[in-house]
Amino acid sequence: MRNKEPADKLFKLEHLVPTVFLILSFVAWQFSGLSGTFVINQVITRFIRDGLLVLSLIIPVVAGMGLNFAIIVGAMTAQTALLFVINYQLEGARGILLVLFLGILLSALVGFVIGHILNRVKGKEMIVTIIIGFLANSLYQLIFLVGFGTFIPVVNKEIILSRGIGVRNAVDLGMYRNTIDKLWLLKIGDIEIPLFMILVVLLFAGMLYYLLHTRFGQQVKAVGSGNEKAEIAGINVNLLRIKVIILSTVLAALGQLVYLQNIGMFDVYTAHMNADIISCAALLAGGASIKSAKIRHAIIGIFLFHTLFIVSPQAGQNLFHNAALGEYFRSFVAYGTIAFALIINIKHEK
Amino acid sequence: MRNYKIKPPQIIILIFLMILVLLAYVLQMDLVILFNESLTKLVMNGVLVLALIPMLNVGAGMNFGLPVGIVGGLVGLCIAVNFRLTGFFGFFMSLFFSLVICAILGWIYGRLLNRVKGREEIAGTFIGFSMIPLMNYFWTLAPFQNRQMLYPIGGQGLRPKISLEPYFYNVLDNFCLLKIGALEIPLGLLAFYALICLFLYLFFRTKSGRATLATGENEAFARLSGIDIGRIRLLAIVLSTMLAGIGICVYAQSYGFIQLYDEPLSMAFPAISAVLIGGSTGRRTWIFEAVLGAYLLQTIYLLTVPIANEILIPEVTEILRTFITYSIILYALLYRDKRGISH
Repeated sequence: MRNKEPADKLFKLEHLVPTVFLILSFVAWQFSGLSGTFVINQVITRFIRDGLLVLSLIIPVVAGMGLNFAIIVGAMTAQTALLFVINYQLEGARGILLVLFLGILLSALVGFVIGHILNRVKGKEMIVTIIIGFLANSLYQLIFLVGFGTFIPVVNKEIILSRGIGVRNAVDLGMYRNTIDKLWLLKIGDIEIPLFMILVVLLFAGMLYYLLHTRFGQQVKAVGSGNEKAEIAGINVNLLRIKVIILSTVLAALGQLVYLQNIGMFDVYTAHMNADIISCAALLAGGASIKSAKIRHAIIGIFLFHTLFIVSPQAGQNLFHNAALGEYFRSFVAYGTIAFALIINIKHEK
Repeated sequence: MRNYKIKPPQIIILIFLMILVLLAYVLQMDLVILFNESLTKLVMNGVLVLALIPMLNVGAGMNFGLPVGIVGGLVGLCIAVNFRLTGFFGFFMSLFFSLVICAILGWIYGRLLNRVKGREEIAGTFIGFSMIPLMNYFWTLAPFQNRQMLYPIGGQGLRPKISLEPYFYNVLDNFCLLKIGALEIPLGLLAFYALICLFLYLFFRTKSGRATLATGENEAFARLSGIDIGRIRLLAIVLSTMLAGIGICVYAQSYGFIQLYDEPLSMAFPAISAVLIGGSTGRRTWIFEAVLGAYLLQTIYLLTVPIANEILIPEVTEILRTFITYSIILYALLYRDKRGISH
């Protein structure tokens, strides 16, 4: 159990960061001149797109492994599954099921490997997951830019560049676009609420919440509070950490599929970029730290972070007559939030 | 330098390099020209690799926050260009400005890193990343006057790529260029590089330098012998940042352009991977290792370009480069912790 004093500090921080984000978002929204309904509609869309990705970060944090930047690998496995299915031109429900199956299978495999790697570098997981993410990105590009058409037979000529090697930059997902997005669409005035998808995200949140309160969840928490203690309690720490990473990677893969079907266009080489940074920043914006994260942090965080993300370019345009300044601001917020969390939290450890 | 052993990654890299040279020979490329270029590339990137040494030796790990020093150097370069300083005077003034700015930035960066002892790498990565958008503000809003630096339309904000052609492009590269037939050896450039190596070598001979090494070897012991750990770490981090500033100045004068905005974001990774190829394990690193690593990595980079163009798809070069870079860093992170060297 944590002793009282650091707990108090964490408590304060847990409220400080969301408050800062709330104030920033509000000020930026005032300057942006965007209508409230537009912002709310956008935030709801982002909530659906990013929900699972942010949720996938929670369990590794609880297990004491810090922010899992390798969720980007999960996103890439989902895209890999999707590209293979598109290549073999499977449409309709059969195609979607196969994408899901392949995505889960691949991401579980990759998660297993990453889990093994992370067991060798206990205490330095975060820097290793970042490098794994970069490395996987190179590998991913190598497979799809070079492998397709050379080692991998191309069935669907539409997705290939004219030179016959490499996948195009953008692949249309027309057949999957908005298939489940517009289900149970609720309209209140101008605000559109895709109830089904919100429920899907909330369902996963509920499942995670339940999971954290089962025996498995207790074990994860025990590992998070100290490896030695957990080992004395008879938990196979290494195995548990692998399970945690597999779970996180699979969730991230599902999250990326939700993201892609919502966008409807698939930018093969850039769709997954920054998914890790943005998700981590969103989780931290909700009041999580690299030592503790709860479901509510994820949900509050997505709303706060994405509100700021949506309004800041327009606010930059209105304030400085330069939209780029708003863009810089939001990348600074994304990186800065993570840097801040790292600096503050490690200080608190002592 | 004592006990220098060749380790598996270096063997792989050497084999890979030999295959590349062989391929280049088979494809009838001009090996002499490639050799000339490899010397220039060594110094062009080598100073950035040297910049990692003080932090490695003080035990603060690989400096993933190298962009902090790089942006400091870029500011120095921009100031020199703003005043239209040319030739050697311009280059040395840009070095001077860079050193001043990097000292300040390095001090702040060092203070931050001293708070996150043991996790400098991840914190450094994100401090470096955060610097980029922050500096984007500076590039857009700073009141630079020289029209050649600004966007042609609107006249506000620096261009992403500023040409150094009219100022101090290649001043070092062309200084004392020794030509023997087709062979061109940039003596001035190499001498400048050697000077920085010498400076680092002498630094580690001074009292502060020895304290730096002692801190890196065994912090508890160093503290007992009366070394102020916080101050020594700060010194090493400031030195590292200042060297990064010099590094980018040398890089820019060789490359011919000042690259701003998002360009410095991923510059730390090739440098880190170079020092690891040289044989560093993320701890005590010799200057020789940094030089060797920089030469090996840059030569591989150099050789992949024409070969990829010749036999494969052009994009392959960049992907292969990043692939090699990150594989090496990942390998080093795993290997280091397996041996339990790290805390």
